Amino acid sequence: MSLESITNVLVVGVGGQGVVLASNILCEIAARAGFDVKKSEIHGMSQRGGVVTSHVRFGPKVYGSLIASQQTDALLGFEAAESLRFAHEVKPGGAMFASTQKIKPPTGGGLKAAKYPEDALEQAAKICKGTLVPVEAHKIAVELGNARLSNTILLGALSTSLDIDQDIWVETIKKMVPPKTIELNVQAFERGRQVVADFDVAVK
Amino acid sequence: MSSNKVLLFGNEAIAHGAREAGVYFASAYPGTPSTEILEIFSKFPGIYAKWSPNEKVALEVGIGASLTGTRTLVTMKHVGVNVAMDPLMTFTYTGVVGGFVLVSADDPEMHSSQNEQDNRILGKFAKIPILEPSDSQEAHDFTIFGYELSERFSTPVMLRETTRIAHAKGLVELGEWSEPKRGEAFERDTERFVMMPIYARKRHTIVEQRSIDLHRFSNEWEGNRLELADTKVGFITGGIAYQYIKELMPDASFLKIGMPWPFPDQKAKQLAEHVDRVIVVEELEPFLEEEARLAGIACEGKAYFSREGELNLDRVTAGLAKAGIDVPAPPEPVQAGEVLSRPPVLCAGCPHRGINMALKKINADVYGDIGCYTLAALPPLGSLHTCFCMGASIGNAIGSSLAAINPKHGQVAVIGDSTFLHSGLTGLVDLYYSQANATVVIVDNSITAMTGGQHHPATGHDLMGNHAPQVSLERIIEAIGIEHIVTLDTYDYDKALEQLKGAVQYEGPSVVIARQACALFPSKKRPQPYVVLEDCNACAACFRIGCPAIFPSETEFHKKKPKAVIDPDACTGCTLCSQVCPIDVIVPLEQKEVKA
Repeated sequence: MSLESITNVLVVGVGGQGVVLASNILCEIAARAGFDVKKSEIHGMSQRGGVVTSHVRFGPKVYGSLIASQQTDALLGFEAAESLRFAHEVKPGGAMFASTQKIKPPTGGGLKAAKYPEDALEQAAKICKGTLVPVEAHKIAVELGNARLSNTILLGALSTSLDIDQDIWVETIKKMVPPKTIELNVQAFERGRQVVADFDVAVK
Repeated sequence: MSSNKVLLFGNEAIAHGAREAGVYFASAYPGTPSTEILEIFSKFPGIYAKWSPNEKVALEVGIGASLTGTRTLVTMKHVGVNVAMDPLMTFTYTGVVGGFVLVSADDPEMHSSQNEQDNRILGKFAKIPILEPSDSQEAHDFTIFGYELSERFSTPVMLRETTRIAHAKGLVELGEWSEPKRGEAFERDTERFVMMPIYARKRHTIVEQRSIDLHRFSNEWEGNRLELADTKVGFITGGIAYQYIKELMPDASFLKIGMPWPFPDQKAKQLAEHVDRVIVVEELEPFLEEEARLAGIACEGKAYFSREGELNLDRVTAGLAKAGIDVPAPPEPVQAGEVLSRPPVLCAGCPHRGINMALKKINADVYGDIGCYTLAALPPLGSLHTCFCMGASIGNAIGSSLAAINPKHGQVAVIGDSTFLHSGLTGLVDLYYSQANATVVIVDNSITAMTGGQHHPATGHDLMGNHAPQVSLERIIEAIGIEHIVTLDTYDYDKALEQLKGAVQYEGPSVVIARQACALFPSKKRPQPYVVLEDCNACAACFRIGCPAIFPSETEFHKKKPKAVIDPDACTGCTLCSQVCPIDVIVPLEQKEVKA
């Protein structure tokens, strides 16, 4: 079996954004699609505001749970500067779906505030060897009436690049979100897919 | 995917395995990356699970349960095993009655630990068999097998996992639950359970024979698996390292180790006979490599792979290339995007902030301990100056104040409530006994916060979700004999500062209980965030408290310096920034609206 048969998805963001939940949903989707799945997470000591990365790998047989450098097929970025930090991990022909949301680190008081890269996604697009699709996930989520929906919007965008039946995505999301929010989440998922469709049209 | 498989973290898999094995009794002290095992196990019906004040007590409690014939699980992080070594080193002599598995959750790379010791060495030191899973399925299976092994050889068993197993998900095929195995009563057996010299000598003989028997068993057990294929190179490897090598070198020969000790030397010899070259791949110490060498096997290992940190595909690829093995070269390193630093900070509303601001203000020498408050060592607070292990702060402060000719500053130990009950009590007895001129500040946030909010004997709740008797810190401290005891509210800054000063200036031992509940457990989200008024003069005093809810404005400036702005979603309304603001322009949202 070759390594090429494994799909590597890297999910990145900041603590509190829902990176862990999104990667859990993705794992369930891949498992329901009949794949072997492994996932590993790295987050720092702080409860909130630290860098969070989640590695999801699926295929006929998966050994390690960590993705090797520059072997990411799809990167899902919840925060612009974090997408920039990991853009080089996308392999040629891969894709990244990057939320335009910006979360600035606390100043650290007497320290000089870290300069936030305002053009993070433009820089990321230059570094990324695949396609970068910016997703105004936060804005769309607020339009839909709940900022927490960014998560599902990003999953919708991601779903366009992975070879898993759309019904499995929708059914799994329905099962894993709070019952009251099922309808909104399905809408959010569709909006995420639409962002990619619109992007593809614009590029052509 | 077959429908009976579920996605589980290694720690979830261990909890399920224990339940399937019929474990009735479980005890632990929380510690990353072990904590979730008991949190999950405690929710199963028909079992008993408890937090103990520290790992030594957890192990002793577990021994008591095993002596009744009850199947028992005890879990802890790697450094917790250091605390529990004393009873473990003698429990290995008496052996078990009910099956006993000790989970040691090691943390290569120190994701959340003060060192990265390799506890396979401690398992061997205690002469107990070690099982090491390499994924969630094995974490489940080896846990169940651990109980058979434990009872068959009358030995405690160490199940050693690492962060990459504990906190990684994989598919697990679960089995049926069996009836929890609970013993009827403790049966006396003086020669076996009273480890005084005349009996301990006899038990030592039994331990040595057991080691020989276990060694034979290790060579037979299918969990130590020979995968004989290509004859050029054979790998001896286990745990997560096996997965990396297997992925990179699927056609190579392997001895996949499930039981690092006793080492299956006969199987290793079979591998060596099959291949031209044996390479050992393992994280941290050359444990398997040394075992293989002791068995007379020519092998290589740490010459190519670091003793530091954890392995991953890149590091293993680099090690194999160094060993001259033909592996696909990794891609050329590329320039990463501009890296934005996101250092860990105390949460918005964290009660440790106020007391550390006060400690910084009085410029005390602060001997720190293990907990969220260790973050106060970092800027902008920078108010904590040592961190060794659980409970070390008090001893450090005593020794320093007794030994130094002329301490420059106040001598203060800072220790959390859970850490104080874990191993600060004996230090405090020593403080009173030695009458050292030091102050112990117990930063009491009424929870074990750093590991995610676990209860302890002073919170009034237990692991099973019941109310529990609540230990009183004040009464313990009084009973020890400490005369100067102050309880303060860390949200009331000026008063807290005066109370702290009083205690530090007091000649002799003093204790400050800095009490305010954790901002997260239970959540302190308040309806009333604070806001900064337009009159802000950009003095930056509020920036220096290091609150992640306060930012420099991007649009509002005073003399070219950014004014402060508070994120209303993050603000918990703790009021500390308002208290340090010299011109009183940080006010509750309601007050601003009135002014407007």
